[in-house]
Amino acid sequence: MNVLEIRGVSKTYGRVHALRNVDLTIRKGEMVSIVGPSGSGKSTLLQIAGTLDRPTSGTVRVAGHDVSALSDSQLSALRARYIGFVFQQFHLSPALSALDNVADGLLYTGLSRRQRRERAEAALQLVGLSHRLGHRPNQLSGGQMQRVAVARAVAGRPPLLLADEPTGNLDSEAGAEVLSLFRTLNARGITIAIITHDTEVAMACPRRIRVRDGLVRSEVS
Amino acid sequence: MSTALRPARLRPTDLARIGTSGLRARPARAILAALGIAIGIATMVTVVGISASSQERLLRQLDELGTNLLRVSPGDSLFGDQVKLPENAAAMVKRIDGVTSSSQTAETGTTVRRNDLIPEGISLGITVQATSLDLLSTLDGRVRQGTWLNAATERQPVVVLGAVAAERLGMTGADAQVYIGDRWFTVIGVLDRMPLAEEIERSALVGFPAAKEYLDHDGHPTTVYERSADEAVESVRTMLARTVSPESPNEAKVSRPSDALKAKAAAAGAFTGLMLGLGAVALFVGGVGVANTMVVAVLERRREIGLRRSFGATRAQVRNQFLVEALLLSAFGGGAGVLLGALATFVYAQLNALPAVVPLWAVGGGLGATIVIGALAGIYPALRAARVPPTVALTQ
Repeated sequence: MNVLEIRGVSKTYGRVHALRNVDLTIRKGEMVSIVGPSGSGKSTLLQIAGTLDRPTSGTVRVAGHDVSALSDSQLSALRARYIGFVFQQFHLSPALSALDNVADGLLYTGLSRRQRRERAEAALQLVGLSHRLGHRPNQLSGGQMQRVAVARAVAGRPPLLLADEPTGNLDSEAGAEVLSLFRTLNARGITIAIITHDTEVAMACPRRIRVRDGLVRSEVS
Repeated sequence: MSTALRPARLRPTDLARIGTSGLRARPARAILAALGIAIGIATMVTVVGISASSQERLLRQLDELGTNLLRVSPGDSLFGDQVKLPENAAAMVKRIDGVTSSSQTAETGTTVRRNDLIPEGISLGITVQATSLDLLSTLDGRVRQGTWLNAATERQPVVVLGAVAAERLGMTGADAQVYIGDRWFTVIGVLDRMPLAEEIERSALVGFPAAKEYLDHDGHPTTVYERSADEAVESVRTMLARTVSPESPNEAKVSRPSDALKAKAAAAGAFTGLMLGLGAVALFVGGVGVANTMVVAVLERRREIGLRRSFGATRAQVRNQFLVEALLLSAFGGGAGVLLGALATFVYAQLNALPAVVPLWAVGGGLGATIVIGALAGIYPALRAARVPPTVALTQ
């Protein structure tokens, strides 16, 4: 089954063509890296794959749902259920503990607060931070913060995890730590797509996609 | 193909929790933003509270004084001259069914002065009146200093002063002398305040025999006071004029002194529109402050909004979050305002010896107003927040 299916997708901002007629399919269980220089359109590709934005033309299917047929609130529900995001800047709330940061990622899933906290605890255990539940982000290292963010993205058990430069703000050691976490998660059956500059991260992925000038240039499998 | 996609409902407790998250993150700003609303509500609650307290005092006074006192005085006849009441008018009134006590007074037409050097025309607004001995019990009055007239002293050139009269004459104690008509009178007593008969407060009272003897008075009363059982007041009222003036009953004027006090209480309860208007302006400015704070918050928190959208928040859920935040912000101000207003009312009441009263409707109205203001102030920022595109989560 295809977790993500992009067919003939173009995206233009005014006269700028960010994506031109892109085809991309990600199957269940894959771990894919998307690489390309800045301005290549890879961020746009991630926004469209994550249903944060809609394509100018072409079709996007996430877990079988045709995005163009969905209303904005249906898209929100789709994101809540099928997609987890990891950001370069972590986007953790400084006022909340690691546990609450992760639990808040499940706010819009309809789970009760108790259920959310239970799942958050399980997710933090999964990323190896069960000893840091009560810590605030400023009490954590960069690598730990990103692992909290990953826990938040996978706590709802989404079929697809999208990461935007997840190691971009980390030193190489912390980056390696996060990368090995992604491999562990992938081994547990989570489909992962990572946008990255980092060749080490790209090389670690079984499948690599290169984007340049809004076109998908090459695929190495 | 697959199950229908329907966004999950955000539980009310969760909505309230995320609605306070922004306030908790910046408490100083929240307090300042709520301050305007607090001042507005406090002003309004204070205005209402102070007037309600003044009214309460008058109503309590009315309760204490009773409403069963009636007063009869001669009116003008058809031809414009004063009608005279019979000399024994009080005794006649006492025979009416239901009357428990009655007394009479008569204006003597002369003036009371501190000494014989002051011209007779200077009255200081004080009336010299002859009085029957039972006046004090009918009016429920009290002697503040000295004594009241008795069967012996009502024949002597002695005088009892009303509270206001004593003040105006500068008489602080009994046993002083005042000049009435063309001779000295000894002050033997000063009366307490008498809210139901302010004309007695402003009187110098002598006995009827003394008035006849020394002031050349004819003995006809000009006012009869009467008290009856509460339920008899109306029936007595219809009888009074006929009793004291059988030939021309419509020429006697019957009045109920407590009515004036009631009118006063009603007037005290009507708070001043100007102060209330000032409170409304403060409230409006407070609302603008909340709206402004919320607009700034939306601008600053675009990243957070995008992040929530990536978690699966719908536009409506983002909108509601900011609406709840605005509502909580102004409700916080409103609550503080009600407390401040109640406190101000209490302090004012303490300083002025009033019973402190903050009407429940003022508290409810104040809080209701803040809810409306919070909603109005929050709508625009909340709609802006809902329009923030989810992609801002990813842009650096």
